[in-house]
Amino acid sequence: MSNFKLHFTVPGDDFTRAGEASGSVKKTLKDLGFNPEIVRKVVIALYEAEINLVIHAGGGEIDVEISPECISMVLTDEGPGIPDVALAMKEGYSTAPDNVRSLGFGAGMGLPNIKKYTDEMKIDSTVGVGTTMYLKVYTA
Amino acid sequence: MKVYEIKEILDAEVICGEEFMDRDVYTACGSDMMSDVLAYVKEQAVLLSGLVNPQVVRTAEMMDMQCIVFVRGKQPDQGIVDLAKDRDIVLMTTKQPMFASCGMLYEKGLRGGAMK
Ligand SMILES: Nc1ncnc2c1ncn2[C@@H]1O[C@H](COP(=O)(O)OP(=O)(O)O)[C@@H](O)[C@H]1O
Ligand SMILES: [Mg+2]
Repeated sequence: MSNFKLHFTVPGDDFTRAGEASGSVKKTLKDLGFNPEIVRKVVIALYEAEINLVIHAGGGEIDVEISPECISMVLTDEGPGIPDVALAMKEGYSTAPDNVRSLGFGAGMGLPNIKKYTDEMKIDSTVGVGTTMYLKVYTA
Repeated sequence: MKVYEIKEILDAEVICGEEFMDRDVYTACGSDMMSDVLAYVKEQAVLLSGLVNPQVVRTAEMMDMQCIVFVRGKQPDQGIVDLAKDRDIVLMTTKQPMFASCGMLYEKGLRGGAMK
């Protein structure tokens, strides 16, 4: 199998569409025959990250590269940035407004969930410029 | 437990997925916080929620869940139903509140899954 590359633009103004990219990646991985446990890890991490693009960053871009050994994901946005990444990683830490909480997100569990489900996670963020998140899940 | 037993136990109305009522389900979770649901590591088959928006279906999709029960008589709109239909997820709605719904299903043998 040659490497597969997928690209998605995530709109920042439509919460109802958040998750379309992750759903599409899920379908591709299933069709390619990846183990369901691996697929689940990838899509849960990606879904939380996609939701963050929508609720915190006004949308962004997602690039996914699929090889037999590894699924790599890069999420880029030009949102407000994260001033203190270590603090943002803490369970329960959230700056989400109440309207986001009433939608079922904003419990401050997104980044910890992403950490839990991925083998590599790196966040580059500059306040006022944006955030790039690099994620990897190994298949073996 | 079969999906149709959930319908009977909760006296629920099936909104879509009538053709999947024969599916076997063993685990469930109840939450209005989708990140909490996404924190479960092991397969959860049934999601009970008082929250009604497309992200409830998306969350179930990502988790490979079979069935969503909206509690306290909540009714999803057509967009939500279409999303669930496309993903072969059963939707139902029960008049029972969350606590009672979970209790009744637990009593009949449905269990929670691992959080790790
Ligand atoms: N892409 C992003 N751009 C700006 N801030 C972000 C981004 N992703 C996460 N954050 C910040 O990190 C915090 C924690 O994120 P997370 O754990 O997903 O919790 P939640 O999304 O529930 O608030 C967010 O509340 C927000 O302040
Ligand atoms: Mg989040």
